[in-house]
Amino acid sequence: MAFLFGSKRSAGRAKERLQLVLIHDRTDLTPAELDSLKDDLIETISRHVEIEPDAVSINIAQDGREQRLVADIPLRSATRRRMR
Amino acid sequence: MTAKVVTVTSGKGGVGKTTAVANIAVALAARGQKVTCIDGDIGLRNLDVVMGLENRIVYDLVDVIEGRCRLRQAMIRDKRLPELFLIPAAQTRDKTAVSPSDMVRLCDELRPEVDWILVDSPAGIERGFKNSVAPADRVLVMTNPEVSAVRDADRVIGLLEADGKGPAALIINRLDPVMVRRGDMLSVDDVLDLLAIDLIGIVPEDEGVIVAANRGQPLTLDARNKAGLAFQNIARRLLGEQVPLLEFDSPNVLQRLLGRK
Repeated sequence: MAFLFGSKRSAGRAKERLQLVLIHDRTDLTPAELDSLKDDLIETISRHVEIEPDAVSINIAQDGREQRLVADIPLRSATRRRMR
Repeated sequence: MTAKVVTVTSGKGGVGKTTAVANIAVALAARGQKVTCIDGDIGLRNLDVVMGLENRIVYDLVDVIEGRCRLRQAMIRDKRLPELFLIPAAQTRDKTAVSPSDMVRLCDELRPEVDWILVDSPAGIERGFKNSVAPADRVLVMTNPEVSAVRDADRVIGLLEADGKGPAALIINRLDPVMVRRGDMLSVDDVLDLLAIDLIGIVPEDEGVIVAANRGQPLTLDARNKAGLAFQNIARRLLGEQVPLLEFDSPNVLQRLLGRK
């Protein structure tokens, strides 16, 4: 089908690109700053509880015109800790 | 009479603010409303030529604010609609000749005289924009279905919210249904998903807009014209009528079967 219609139509690309641009415009937070926030968060939380640093995800979620910082931080289970 | 002040703004230039103000004003006046338009673009005035009133200008907005004439003297009466007036911008001054509080004062003086005051904001987010939105009871943000216009509209919507001037309502102008169907233009739904504000009108791309501007005759009075009809619908919605949106961009059957939007 791709040869018939060429690559993905441009409106879809426009929307994807705008979604990212608008998040950064609205929050004044670049992807690099978000990464550094994530590192700080991992460091702080690790001082209190053991977590899986590689599985941590931090995203900006949209709710209408409101932005929300959503962090998903899996804890390392106590049983697995004991088995080590 | 206590006028409602409605400002049309956009962030990006060239999206159709002046055309919108001229046409919504004509549509309101044609419905028996008393309307005054104010060109807020000091130094780059254009509402006068779009409305075909450029030869009648004696005094302008800055003359009123600086006390060289009375408000009444700067109000130019439309050629066709006796209840429609224009207060033109000054052409040889810059935006700093007017302050937001000047605009609030001027509109307050005008409010008892008319039903509607429509302010044509300049592009940008600086002084001219601030002047234009300061007196507004309602702000209409205009955009085109195109990346830079949508991005700038989002910025303006954010500034209006922060300023307590929200919620703004959106006009999507210059929509090309053929390009939307082909998947090469953001659809109305795409733009609404991105900007997340209420929609007050969709205006299709229309050659008639340029023809009307060439003649200095707003196209709203031509009933066969789709863009004109869209502006009339916006005027009716401002008056509180429930008017269904014009349908342009539903995907065709083939695209649906192929799972494309």
